[in-house]
Amino acid sequence: MPEITMSGALNAALRDALAGDPRVLVFGEDVGELGGVFRVTEGLQRDFGRERVFNTPIAEAGIAGMCVGLAMAGWRPIAELQFDGFSYPALDQVISHVAKYRERTRGRIGMPVTIRIPSFGGIRGKEHHGESPETYYVHTAGLKVVVPSSPLDAYALLRAAIADPDPVIFLEPKSRYWTKEAGDLPAEGPGIGRARVVREGSACVLVAYGAMIARCMEASEELSDEGVECSVLDLRSLSPLDVDTLGEVVRAVGRAVVVHEAPLTLGMGAEVVARIVEEAFDHLEAPVRRVTGWDVPYPPASLESTYLPSVERISAAVREVVAY
Amino acid sequence: MSTRDPADDGFPTLRLVAPDGAPVGETDVGLSEDDLRELLRLMTLARRLDRECMALQRQGELTVYPPFEGQEAAQIGSAYALEPGDMAFPSFRELAAAIARGVDAVEYLQYHRGTWHGGPYDPAASGFAPICVPVATQIPHAVGWALGAKLDGSGACALVYFGDGSASEGDFHEGANLAAVLGVPMVLLCQNNGWAISIPAEEQYVAPIAARAAGYGFPGVRVDGNDVLAVYRATKEALDRARRGEGPTLIEAMTYRIGPHTTADDATKYRGAEEVERWRALDPIERYRRYLLRNGVADDAFVRACEDEAETWVGGVRAELTALGAPPGSEVFEHVFAEPPATLARQRREALDDA
Repeated sequence: MPEITMSGALNAALRDALAGDPRVLVFGEDVGELGGVFRVTEGLQRDFGRERVFNTPIAEAGIAGMCVGLAMAGWRPIAELQFDGFSYPALDQVISHVAKYRERTRGRIGMPVTIRIPSFGGIRGKEHHGESPETYYVHTAGLKVVVPSSPLDAYALLRAAIADPDPVIFLEPKSRYWTKEAGDLPAEGPGIGRARVVREGSACVLVAYGAMIARCMEASEELSDEGVECSVLDLRSLSPLDVDTLGEVVRAVGRAVVVHEAPLTLGMGAEVVARIVEEAFDHLEAPVRRVTGWDVPYPPASLESTYLPSVERISAAVREVVAY
Repeated sequence: MSTRDPADDGFPTLRLVAPDGAPVGETDVGLSEDDLRELLRLMTLARRLDRECMALQRQGELTVYPPFEGQEAAQIGSAYALEPGDMAFPSFRELAAAIARGVDAVEYLQYHRGTWHGGPYDPAASGFAPICVPVATQIPHAVGWALGAKLDGSGACALVYFGDGSASEGDFHEGANLAAVLGVPMVLLCQNNGWAISIPAEEQYVAPIAARAAGYGFPGVRVDGNDVLAVYRATKEALDRARRGEGPTLIEAMTYRIGPHTTADDATKYRGAEEVERWRALDPIERYRRYLLRNGVADDAFVRACEDEAETWVGGVRAELTALGAPPGSEVFEHVFAEPPATLARQRREALDDA
């Protein structure tokens, strides 16, 4: 079986999209000869030319704003905003226009725009290089927001994002770029708006996304040694959220712990727990717990482990929920 | 005096017709006599509609309305230079430009009627993008569109409208620099009307806005924005240049907002009547009418015919507009996504109580 990294899988998705649709464009800071600071666009300019894969000045609002005009002119732009912490200058364009243009024009002008943002922590990055911006986007009507957790699903999700007629914010977990997975690149995945069960167990459901899936899997292995078998639900799509699958899985198990890197307050966990209450209240055997980053700015490299949900914290929460 | 007199800052201003209608430059801008008359007709229609909109707002038929009186030449002179396949990107005060582009006035005014947002008309058919309210954000849109046109080799250009206030925003800078670096076919048209709501030009910037173009590496020209022929000529030259592949141009059209920022604003709190009167004397329509009469391109009968047509047309717009009610509540869910996700479909059922 061929093995591929997430960075490689994302590169393959961009490559296949560029090859399959002459209206696809890739641009952003350093995406040209350098191939992106995480090498996700490596070789694309060489193979598809400087018109379809091009560097831009450091101008995040301009990059996102250009997506609007290009989409109006019938192109399918894929923009890279280099880091989570540097994506904020583009928020006005994303919130005010990318998300609203279809609605503003009563469906006349859609925004088939993909905005890729290397995101989240765990890479010993400096300030502004480890943030979890997902809630800003999830809270904005008109956007879809996805986060892959594995190389093969990253390929499927990015292809789906590019093909989507609506704007997709594609958050790439930086700490997973170099992890490998064996298998053929999937022609199709579950699609945007669908969660997937990546581990089955009847004691507790761990609900997570991105890099926290691997950590939940690790915790599940540890707990398995104690005879506690967890399900792990990979949300993949934070907006739209797969409420049906979430409800179904939690109803079947009756216990849940939600895990994310973002700060606790009004993080995805708040929404997930609210949905669980709405969908599965009568089936709950214990209060749902959240294991998340703290309500503090993302810390410096030497303190990452204090901030990020650890296997220990996740396992402890599961034990608590199971013992309730 | 609360607005800087552009004549004082040393930056040259293109003017072809003096306020009294006398030619002061080469007034042959390549337009036929029919076109020359059409410019007066469009400006007459636009002003009459603008005044009607002010009345409609006072009568409760429109929500907040931003009048453009005084800026007719800046908008119509520039829009008239566009080709059908070009795309104009307005901010929120460009109804006169919209009329020149053939946008249906009732569809446009749905925005101010509050029946929909800024794009009920068909932007592709009229070459006029949706109304864009967040200040200066339309500038990067125009860059993207122009880049698309360049990649397509279509020969089409983008023209983006913004004001002196917008020129302080980061999106102006990012858009101008991207336009330069990418070499896109685009005209940045600043209507400098002297005021950003209540903030006068001297509190907004120091160097002339047109002078900034040099810093981006493309031409910046200033025109008398109340001289429709000067605006037309500068825009046409900039568009020709863009179509030759020579990149963007910045045009600063010096004009004046005779009315308030919007109907929600009281302009008497921050500027004096004498300033407004001084600019009224520079009225773009009056000036151009005098010019046409003086040169025999139009006569009094034509002027009256334009005014009569405007009266009739505006009556029809009023009737159609005031008959417009709220769209069905389901509309708020219809256009958010191409296919509504299950979570939104559920909210739609809940809102409309047809679960």
